[in-house]
Amino acid sequence: MIAVIVFWTLAVITVLSAMITAFSRNIVYSAFALLGSFAGVAGIYLLLGADFLFIIQIFIYIGGILVVTIFAVMLTQGVADMNISNRIVGLIPAALIALLAGAVMLEAILRTPWPHPGTAALNPTTHAIGNAFLGPFLLPFEIASVVLLAALIGAIVISRQAARAEA
Amino acid sequence: MPAGLTLNHFVILSLALFLLGSICVLTRRNAIGILLGIELILNAANINYVAFAFFNPAAHYDGQVFAIFVIMLAAAEAVIGLAIVLAIYNHLRTIDVAANETLKG
Repeated sequence: MIAVIVFWTLAVITVLSAMITAFSRNIVYSAFALLGSFAGVAGIYLLLGADFLFIIQIFIYIGGILVVTIFAVMLTQGVADMNISNRIVGLIPAALIALLAGAVMLEAILRTPWPHPGTAALNPTTHAIGNAFLGPFLLPFEIASVVLLAALIGAIVISRQAARAEA
Repeated sequence: MPAGLTLNHFVILSLALFLLGSICVLTRRNAIGILLGIELILNAANINYVAFAFFNPAAHYDGQVFAIFVIMLAAAEAVIGLAIVLAIYNHLRTIDVAANETLKG
């Protein structure tokens, strides 16, 4: 019963923040509303027994990605609060596309008889995730480090070019 | 644990988040706004991974590991995307995606 109340609270927070992100005319409000979405999703992870993922979500999404995004919004202020309307896809066609796609997916979700083998036990997950990373997921784990290195170098190269162009 | 909560609850929440994210991507002219929409979509995908993993104890950790990979890629994507956006802003003084359609300096 408590789990249901917690779920609905988190769902309302997440969806309302996402609506502000999607529909706000001011990009600054959009970026800050993303905080509510990320925190709500973190709560959902906790509800699903993913304690390590909860911390990762707080650290990387809220502490990292959101801060970088808000930095970028602030650095490009002035042109940042552009009109939401787009001459290619307006709000109404976009909402129509989303509604149609959503209706199809909702129908598919409700019709599919999900196999239900049970629910996972609520144990600390860090130990098992560490074993999974260094066991069956070792190759993706190593490739991920290469991807992060490439992203690091790429970001430096791109921003250095920008600095050089300005100088 | 979740008495009264089924897989459908989480999948439909994820669907709502995905649709709001795609509306955000479709309607924004601001390049950073598009990146915000992509973050919403990635979060929706992550909810699905974790929810399906939770309701299938045999694959409990596999889903969480995949979610961690998605978060890692989202971080890399956000950094690179924002670096490109800032470079475009320094170059053209605007981040309106319609104004950048020529892709020429």
